[in-house]
Amino acid sequence: MDSAAIVALLTAAVVVGTPLLYAAMGELLTERSGILNLGVEGMMLVGAVLGFMITVNTGNYWYGILAAMFGGGMMAAIHAFISVTLRGNQVVSGLALTIFGTGVSGFMGKPYQGVNISMPFDIINIPVLSKIPVLGPVFFSHNILVYASILIALVLWYILYRTRWGLTIRSVGENPAAADAVGISVSRVRYLCTITGGILAGLAGAYLSLAYAPSWQENMTAGRGWIAVALVIFALWNPLRAILGSYLFGGVEALTFRLQATGVTISPFFLSMFPYILTVLVLVIVTIRLRQEAGAPTALATPYDREER
Amino acid sequence: MKRRKIAVVVLAVMMLTVFAVGCGNSQQDSDGKTENADKAKVGFIFIGAPGDAGWTYSHDQARQYLESQVPEVTTTYRENVPEGADAEANINQLVQEGCKVIFANSFGYGDAVLEVAAKHPEVVFMHASGVKTEENVGTFFGRIYQPRYLSGMIAGKMTQSNTLGYVAAYPIPEVVRGINAFTLGAQAVNPDVKVKVVWTTTWFDPTKEKEAAKTLIEQGCDVIAQHQDTYAPQQAAQEAGVYSIGYHSDMSKFAPDACLTSVVWNWNEYYVKTVKSVLDGTWKNEPYWGGMEDGIVGLAPISDKVPADVKQMVKDKEQAIKDGSFKIFAGPIKAQDGTLKVPEGKVMTDEEMLNFDWFVAGVEGQLNK
Repeated sequence: MDSAAIVALLTAAVVVGTPLLYAAMGELLTERSGILNLGVEGMMLVGAVLGFMITVNTGNYWYGILAAMFGGGMMAAIHAFISVTLRGNQVVSGLALTIFGTGVSGFMGKPYQGVNISMPFDIINIPVLSKIPVLGPVFFSHNILVYASILIALVLWYILYRTRWGLTIRSVGENPAAADAVGISVSRVRYLCTITGGILAGLAGAYLSLAYAPSWQENMTAGRGWIAVALVIFALWNPLRAILGSYLFGGVEALTFRLQATGVTISPFFLSMFPYILTVLVLVIVTIRLRQEAGAPTALATPYDREER
Repeated sequence: MKRRKIAVVVLAVMMLTVFAVGCGNSQQDSDGKTENADKAKVGFIFIGAPGDAGWTYSHDQARQYLESQVPEVTTTYRENVPEGADAEANINQLVQEGCKVIFANSFGYGDAVLEVAAKHPEVVFMHASGVKTEENVGTFFGRIYQPRYLSGMIAGKMTQSNTLGYVAAYPIPEVVRGINAFTLGAQAVNPDVKVKVVWTTTWFDPTKEKEAAKTLIEQGCDVIAQHQDTYAPQQAAQEAGVYSIGYHSDMSKFAPDACLTSVVWNWNEYYVKTVKSVLDGTWKNEPYWGGMEDGIVGLAPISDKVPADVKQMVKDKEQAIKDGSFKIFAGPIKAQDGTLKVPEGKVMTDEEMLNFDWFVAGVEGQLNK
């Protein structure tokens, strides 16, 4: 591969990795507060379909983006209600959310299959920065949603590690009883984080249906929600690592086609399996490493009940 | 605690119910149930949804045409029917509802069709892209490789880089045949042309198909053809300012500047003919593989970007295909590695074409077996 091809690959890694980044950040925030939400795929699909529907009907993709955020947030609210208020099993509720989201998005989106929106997000070249060789085209020549995702990741990192809010969120995820004792409302923090996580998952879906491949197809997320869940573990619950991980996974997906086009003799079936193999590998490696260093929020997936302290 | 558990269960059931409503394949009657009692009912089992602008869309267009052309017929259909046990249940339902003819539009429905057909000899079953006929089961398909050859001619004339791209779904004979025909068509007008192939291993995943098309464009392809069910490759071509060739239905509305033409299915007349023959008792269970001469496959209107002399050339070739004076897979044809696969004076048989497992020279891509 020549240098132009490598720049093209890296650019594609960012473009393909962006929906993963949105979804992974949402899940990361949710898990930091101690809630495991396996409904990312479902929330993404609802975000994708709502974003597309509203954009078609209003002709303004910003309304579509808002609708996608609203849809993702509402889905997450269901999960928050079950896991926080009812203290139900978070795994079951999350899985139900994915199944529900898949079904309801397919149902709502039926009349929108094959509908055309010819108004993609414009590529915005950032002055000066986009002229830098390699880094310019890879990071500074994208649509606004790509920039927003990087910005949100940086802000999320700052909030989690440098502010009082972040401390609150992390303490709720690590030791809700202690947080409760110092007067933090565990339920409120968990509700807020879960719903914000859903909003980000909705954005991930809208990126797919509005910016990346403007169209609606049933099940168009094609497992990206699950990759995002694995990415959070890969990132060791750190937003900066999530950026890296998303682009790595995006790069692997982008690479599969480029390997084919450059004439490497690997079965296409094997190549399309690649991101998933990587997911499994990452999970294995991280799980082994986790024995040595703390990673997951201690109270992850454990309902908090004041009376059971 | 108990109350809480019950609440969780109730919520879960609620969600699953909505899911069932959402995902369950919906049934649609074309018009009210009244006054249709004396009409012959025709049923359809669709693998996708009619709105997909692709394969199922083309079948649904024909269903509507059938209804408008044959007044003594009423139709009903099931969409998004998965292959396997669900297919059998849905076909059975259509039989219970009194359908006289049932069309099934996916290869994977084969077993289900044969199973139900054996129990209901009074019903005629038509299996698209199927391979096995029975007393009451017919199979039908179109020679889509013919218009693909013509679209290859257009691509071969319009390319500047002499590199064409092909976003392909799976390495199966149907797709390989199309790629080969496209390549031969392009080479017929431009001997220097080569065709790069990328497999997506999916029929409809817009993001993957778009990424695959973008890859091909990066590699210097300036006309993108596709054997996929979404229009994402067309969007990629439109955004990059290169040309494209659509598939299934006229895709020019999705990529007005890029789309030169589309390779399309048109089942209209075939459906009408088949249903009429069932009604008047002349139907036979022959396997049908129709070409451009029957109008079952064809080219969508060609873009004005294509010069008039190229259009004329395509038109002449189309005529030659229709009257049988030109055969696409006639020797000499060399394979990718240069071996002579079809010698001078020989024409590939249908049998050979249905088992295509090699690329013609000029295709750049892998066929892993």
